Amino acid sequence: MKSKQLRAVVWMGIVFVFLYLPIVTLVVLSFNASPMVTSWGGWSLKWYSALADDEEMISGFRLSLSIATLTAFSSVFLGTLAALSLHRFKRFRARTLFVGMVNAPLVMPEVIIGLSLLLMLVSVQRLFGFPERGFSTIWLGHTLLGMAYATVVVLSRLQEVSPSLEEAAQDLGCRPLQVFFLVTLPLIVQAIGSAWLLTFTLSLDDVVLSAFLSGPGSTTMPITIFSRARLGVSPSVNTVAAITVAVVSVAVVSASIFMARAQRRRDQEMAAAYRLG
Amino acid sequence: MAFLQIRHIVKQFDEVFAVDDVSLDIAQGEIFALLGSSGCGKSTLLRMLAGFETPTSGQIVLGGQDIVGLAPYDRPINMMFQSYALFPHLNVWDNIAFGLRRDGMSKPDIAQRVDEMLEMVQLKPYAKRKPHQLSGGQQQRVALARSLAKRPRLLLLDEPLGALDAKLRQRTQLELVHIIQRVGVTCVMVTHDQEEAMTMATRIGVMSEGKILQIGRPEEIYETPNCRFVADFIGTVNLFKGQVSVDEPDHVVIDSPECRHYVSHGITGTLGMEVDVAVRPEKMGLQAAAPLASERESAAEVGHNQVQGEITDIAYLGSLTTYHVRLASGLVLKVTQTNAARHAGVPLVSGDAVWVWWDGTDIVVLTR
Amino acid sequence: MSATALARWGSRTLIGVPMLFLIAFFLLPFLVVFKISVSEMDTVFFRDVLAWADGLVTIKINFANYFSLAQDGLYLGTYIRSLGYAAMTALICLLIAYPFAYCIARSPADKRPALLMMVMLPFWTSFLLRIYAWKILLADSGVFNQLLLVLGVIAEPIKMMNTPFSLILGMVYCYIPFMILPLYATLVKMDLSLLEAALDLGATPAQAFWRITVPLSKSGIIAGSMLVFIPCVGEFVIPELLGGPQTLMIGRVLWDEFFGNNDWPMAAAVAVVMVLLIIVPLALFNKHQAEANAKAAA
Repeated sequence: MKSKQLRAVVWMGIVFVFLYLPIVTLVVLSFNASPMVTSWGGWSLKWYSALADDEEMISGFRLSLSIATLTAFSSVFLGTLAALSLHRFKRFRARTLFVGMVNAPLVMPEVIIGLSLLLMLVSVQRLFGFPERGFSTIWLGHTLLGMAYATVVVLSRLQEVSPSLEEAAQDLGCRPLQVFFLVTLPLIVQAIGSAWLLTFTLSLDDVVLSAFLSGPGSTTMPITIFSRARLGVSPSVNTVAAITVAVVSVAVVSASIFMARAQRRRDQEMAAAYRLG
Repeated sequence: MAFLQIRHIVKQFDEVFAVDDVSLDIAQGEIFALLGSSGCGKSTLLRMLAGFETPTSGQIVLGGQDIVGLAPYDRPINMMFQSYALFPHLNVWDNIAFGLRRDGMSKPDIAQRVDEMLEMVQLKPYAKRKPHQLSGGQQQRVALARSLAKRPRLLLLDEPLGALDAKLRQRTQLELVHIIQRVGVTCVMVTHDQEEAMTMATRIGVMSEGKILQIGRPEEIYETPNCRFVADFIGTVNLFKGQVSVDEPDHVVIDSPECRHYVSHGITGTLGMEVDVAVRPEKMGLQAAAPLASERESAAEVGHNQVQGEITDIAYLGSLTTYHVRLASGLVLKVTQTNAARHAGVPLVSGDAVWVWWDGTDIVVLTR
Repeated sequence: MSATALARWGSRTLIGVPMLFLIAFFLLPFLVVFKISVSEMDTVFFRDVLAWADGLVTIKINFANYFSLAQDGLYLGTYIRSLGYAAMTALICLLIAYPFAYCIARSPADKRPALLMMVMLPFWTSFLLRIYAWKILLADSGVFNQLLLVLGVIAEPIKMMNTPFSLILGMVYCYIPFMILPLYATLVKMDLSLLEAALDLGATPAQAFWRITVPLSKSGIIAGSMLVFIPCVGEFVIPELLGGPQTLMIGRVLWDEFFGNNDWPMAAAVAVVMVLLIIVPLALFNKHQAEANAKAAA
């Protein structure tokens, strides 16, 4: 192997080790019978069974799951609308403002988003009596963040779709709404799916926004994990980590394999068509 | 009344006139080509016919109805896109049926029509395939079938053969014309390729900078261009600058630095006028010795329509050879000869001194 | 309703819905934050800026919070420190991510999706859990120290936890995908024949890299740097779990003012100043995104 290639492989190897070391550590530790990191107590599944009785964690998980699901739907809905607006209309009043607002949550520190949203919601609550801090406010905050990501994903896909496809649809008799549902939507559906998964994951994992926007009785799983992690090492957290890693790995790897196979099949078909003319 | 009337169409983008007061009439059943280089406005004009652009002013009357205010989906016009624009998520059958479904046709009617179209473009076995599983030529046929499925009153073709390679292009040109003529649909096509326009169209409109310069049948455009631009744009042409020295109803003599031209027909012009003399390369003769008086069309031409020069380049193209001949004045003429016989006498080489001559009937005088 | 009128209402709704959502829940809150930052804290709630009594409207704007921010060395130092750590994180991310993204972009096309997937996989796993994992690895009695003690490399555990080192490590770890992806996206689109032309014209590989590749990947460098720098300034979770007393960052200050001191106006003032600090990179990021979008649409 050439020295340049060797260097490249070594560098990539180091970075990959850096990326995966923490994950692997957590997985291994979740099986450690001893609750301390300093000693290895042998392989054990006791922390997994303990998790089943961990009411706080389980209710947190259930709450996070429902918020994440709703967030994914609302983010994708708003994000797709925003992406369509930006793609279709190159000039409209307040477009620069719109673009700025859609992109800002991507980079804005979450403490700022959390604090500002909370202060506003509290002011509204003082005036109108609702909303109460809790499920709906967390969902709102997550949607704000998720919408920004969803817009980026859907917009980049929209920009790849050839404009003549929509024109062809119109030429053949489709009214604008029909064009969207019959032609545009099928072509961006994969991007919408990715955006859904992305915003789902973001919501499931969020700490800061949830902390600012939660109320009594609405403690999400990340908040629980965070408070335990602050205090020190906790076997329950190790276990949750291992489970998360397992689920995510299986999902991501199978999705990648599936997509790679579909792409390979597509390439073969195109090559065959080209050869046979 | 003409089937399609385009009346004083103007399209302005900010300061630029993409289409500058274009008017033309197109008869039913014609294949009309808008020919020009990129940026001349032909695509904009086509898109206005389709409904994707709105004219700044002017009317488009199709079969007696002004369609300018109609959206693309309300016009009885269909377009075949340059990139074909086949819906990638639908198979061939569904692509062709797409427009028919929007009309609310019954299922059996749709099926019958789609089968007809597949038969017409000979793609029946490929009905269930998706566009990415087809070759370029097959995709084009699907695009054609899709655009004809609804029996449009006007068919628009946007650079129909641009995406195909040379061999396929030649074959497809004629196939396309056959299908269009068989269906009998009126067709407006846009192209930058002269060969395409000349082969396929019944009439051509040459466009430049938003204006139509000349409209006519391919032979008319080629043999009698009405201005320098058209003469130069279509094929190759040799241009001499000169002044009218004799102006008679049946012949004209023009003096240019290289030689005197005897034109065997009258022109609308005045004595002393500055004109261009245009002669096509294939109309010129090339030989080592000066042309004899007996070779001339008429006695009056002797001493006219001939120059001496030196061959500077020879481009051998198989069926033709193009000679570049440099004259004393610095002007370089292009002369084309067909290689009618495999070994024809002593071949001319670079550096040879030759005489170039032509007939008075082959001259086109251009006043603008 | 005519077709054009319907179309106009349709487009208004399409733009209007997300626009209103953003104005209501993103823009408006900022105005509220500013308003609150100039009010005073009451026992449970903050006294409103506007007061209505006896038919008289009084406005009480109190800039006291801002004065204490400006004058108290602690706050000033924290802001500067936050900017510094964020900048350092962005720089380190760039230095690590660039060769990495370059290698992936140059690898055979069929291997790239797999490599990218391997880069993204940790990102899909909760970042909170991964930061927590570093706590375990870097602690005095953590995995690294234990390993080094056992190997005999050190006699006493090295203090790695709760230091600037652990903080930067954590931030780099979390934000590196945000640097890798934009860099990769730009590098993979680069036309390799440009490099070949440079070499053909006599440039050394190093020269070709610095004069051709790097300038052409400028867009990716800017996007990545902004995507790391700006959020890092206001980071809270990582400094909280991995940082220490020397690494107080402004996100933590905001959190403490709000949750600890219950001083909402003060927290709001801290937030306003933070926004002002990042407004220049934020505007740069926005402009860059707009340009990238325009180029992609063309």
